[in-house]
Amino acid sequence: MTGLLPTPETLAALVKIGLLIGGLMTAAAYLVLVERWIAAWVQDRRGPNRVGIPLTKIRLFGLGQPLADGLKIIFKEDFTPSHVDKALYNAAPLVLLTASLAIFAAIPFGSVLPPLNIPGLPDPVPFLVAPGLDVGVLWVFALSSIAIYGVLLGGWASNNKYGFLGGLRSSAQLIAYEIPLGLGLLGVVLSAGSLRLDIIMTKQAETGLWYAFAQPLGFVVFLIASFAEAARLPFDLPEAEQELVGGYHTEYAGIKLLLFLVSEFLHMVTAAFLIVIMFLGGWHFWGITGSTQEVTWLGAFLRFGILSAKIFAVILFFMVVRWSWPRFRFDQLMNLAWKVMLPLGLLNLVVVATVEEFRTILEFTLGTGLAAFFTIGGPWLIFFGGWICAGLLTPSATDNRPIRTPNSFTQTQNLQNSSIKKQSPDLVEV
Amino acid sequence: MKPSDPGITWIDEKPLGLAERLYLPLFIQGLATTGRHLVSKKNTVSFPEQRPTIGNPLIYRGVHRLNRDENDRVKCVACFLCATACPAHCIDIVATESPWEDREKYPESFQIDELRCIFCGMCEEACPVDAIELTSLLDLTGKSREEMVFDKEKLLSVYDMTKDAEPMKSADLGGTL
Repeated sequence: MTGLLPTPETLAALVKIGLLIGGLMTAAAYLVLVERWIAAWVQDRRGPNRVGIPLTKIRLFGLGQPLADGLKIIFKEDFTPSHVDKALYNAAPLVLLTASLAIFAAIPFGSVLPPLNIPGLPDPVPFLVAPGLDVGVLWVFALSSIAIYGVLLGGWASNNKYGFLGGLRSSAQLIAYEIPLGLGLLGVVLSAGSLRLDIIMTKQAETGLWYAFAQPLGFVVFLIASFAEAARLPFDLPEAEQELVGGYHTEYAGIKLLLFLVSEFLHMVTAAFLIVIMFLGGWHFWGITGSTQEVTWLGAFLRFGILSAKIFAVILFFMVVRWSWPRFRFDQLMNLAWKVMLPLGLLNLVVVATVEEFRTILEFTLGTGLAAFFTIGGPWLIFFGGWICAGLLTPSATDNRPIRTPNSFTQTQNLQNSSIKKQSPDLVEV
Repeated sequence: MKPSDPGITWIDEKPLGLAERLYLPLFIQGLATTGRHLVSKKNTVSFPEQRPTIGNPLIYRGVHRLNRDENDRVKCVACFLCATACPAHCIDIVATESPWEDREKYPESFQIDELRCIFCGMCEEACPVDAIELTSLLDLTGKSREEMVFDKEKLLSVYDMTKDAEPMKSADLGGTL
């Protein structure tokens, strides 16, 4: 009989899964509200501030809005167009949401709990659904690639040209940006010597040097690529409303659309988690959280709070950027990925590998202080140099208008009558 | 039109400067603009609890009213000029012989369908005795179509409601008293 009972470890994992899914779903709902607020404030409006506690007049600054939005979209007709591939059409949102949620199995959402002394449960309990998963980062990237299938399936099964174009765009874009994303990540993995996200955080806490400061080039490349991975403006081409109606979810309505939209926000949350964990020190903050595995209850929740605050700040940055920058054109997007981000990511990898290779020798010969000057100053120098080179060498805009040659004008002048020439004398001189 | 058509004026884009080519300076500039708007004063009027400011209530075109003269009688002489001027045909007047000596006719019933009205102000322009006027009341609501057809009493009560805030325009604007 005891074999059938769940072990304390399983129970702990189930509790964590429950907390995580509940937290993420609530967070996604409230992020929609935050997104609408930010959008309104940037456009000098007030944003949703009416819906409060249902059946009362209490408004609570509109904090009841997610509930109202959710209920509304759930009770909408779940309409399936007749021209779609039914099986794939129904599977797409599920694939996307499952993949987006499963990513969080390997993402730590805090540090560790203090010893609980529950028999059968190894202490300390980490804030991580799958503790000790040695391929944590690979798991995250593999599943975020699978999430693309959801988008592709949705676009394909819709049997609609907008949906199809959205799916095509998202496949091209996400494949292109996974490479710089991976290159930015490789630098961190090289430095930390582990693929486990909790160890990457602990490494940053131990040295006190966040990888954003040690590898500025990797950070910027990763940041830009994660904007594209999350399909946020300025890279939201898969669902560019003005061009594609809704992109891959044009044909979806009701709860299936809700699943798509929630996973979109989960993508952004994942991107924010990864940025914070890998480059912004995770739960570490100088002078507030220690770097050891021994924590008090206060310390554990302080670390959780700091991680959440950082993630929220990154998400706010995502949202503000949305209203600061216009959308890229698709060829510009591809140019940026293959001609700017890829070389810069490779450069970062070379720099990090060099620094890691010679760090011990430098520290031995020059002393820790001077060595730190070189190992931190060098990457920054390369960052500015590399950025300026990339800016100057790559065409920042592709002019695809027909080329105006003197020849084409002289030819047409012979054909055109003279009255047109008189109207535009400046053109004749060209 | 061919690209080589001489009718086309070609304007060359300004070549990008260093700041533009490096993206980041312009990015920070854009973020600064967004940040400025993020905290700027909001122009939205939170309507039910906060009323919009109306520039000049005397020329605002809101709900109609029927003015009373100094003896509290309805000013209207049932001349049908407003009903004729009305482009939406929302004014319905039944005229009858006036019980008073200073005029021949007066409206026995005077109905304005506020749902049909387009608030153009033509009735106000047309009225020779300044009996019909548009007030600055702007939140006109009702629960049925019948309720939105304003009769003479209701229009007169609108006058009673607004006469202090919006005096009759006639005297100042050179109208007939």
